[in-house]
Amino acid sequence: MTHVTKACLACLLWLSIGVASSAQTTEDPQLEARLKALSAELRCLVCQNTTLADSDAALAEDLRNEIRVLMRDGKTNEEITAYLVERYGDFVLYRPPVNANTALLWFGPFIMLLIGAITLIVVLKKRAKLPSTETVESITDEQ
Amino acid sequence: MKLKLILPLALFVIVMGFLAKGLFLNPREVPSPLIGKPTPIFTAPTLDDASKSFSTADMKGKVWLLNVWASWCAACREEHPLLLEMRQHDLPLYGLAYKDTDAEAKTVLQQMGNPYIITATDASGKIGIDYGVYGVPETYVIDKTGIIRYKQIGPITPAALRDKILPLLKELEK
Repeated sequence: MTHVTKACLACLLWLSIGVASSAQTTEDPQLEARLKALSAELRCLVCQNTTLADSDAALAEDLRNEIRVLMRDGKTNEEITAYLVERYGDFVLYRPPVNANTALLWFGPFIMLLIGAITLIVVLKKRAKLPSTETVESITDEQ
Repeated sequence: MKLKLILPLALFVIVMGFLAKGLFLNPREVPSPLIGKPTPIFTAPTLDDASKSFSTADMKGKVWLLNVWASWCAACREEHPLLLEMRQHDLPLYGLAYKDTDAEAKTVLQQMGNPYIITATDASGKIGIDYGVYGVPETYVIDKTGIIRYKQIGPITPAALRDKILPLLKELEK
């Protein structure tokens, strides 16, 4: 064997080791896909406006690993979310749950809308009763 | 007629009140769901001697403080002098070296003084996850029955110590 072929073989061997080790971290594409989908719904507590999926914070990495372990243990997404809420509170969820604390957040806008609608109806009805519509007419007549 | 004019103004003031309150809230302060719940149980090697271990079970019947810190955490150094002062006043302060190497954590305690009765180690950060730690330093006040009664997120300030932690400790010791 010449030195060149030896070097090539060594190179190939080295490459194959590289492939094998990178394959180890993504050994289960299905699990990784599930992790990605779930962690996109969860907030990273360190950089608060980033999802757990996108965050590079050390804690986010730890939590992703923890989720991997829980997934391998056969835990459902709901169980994993509950595990995190138990520790970090509802704040980890990007979609706030409907409960006593968040009721105003969920229903507040609709209440405001209702108040606005009622006010509008009352005002319009009052206006319809008033003879003051003449003034509007007189303005439009002038044009 | 007057009411009609005042009502929108009143509503405006109320909404502004909520917004002003929101402006002064600290968004980094996430209320811990663990307050009022039992402390997560752990047994971990101590920093002084890795062959010995510290366990939450040993703390049954005692009021104690768990301070989660790390040698790589700048805010912890800021807090350190106050911790030393707390130790001088015999406060039951225990440490948890979070995601730290033993050597580096030891160096910090040698250089700055050791405020802890015992320091447990959490090299992997697994205990931290159980305690909902997301930024060190964090301090937990735990009562005699092992219930978490208070959590300080970030460094303990003299004001927080005086107004919250000390009165709570006094009450829990009764």
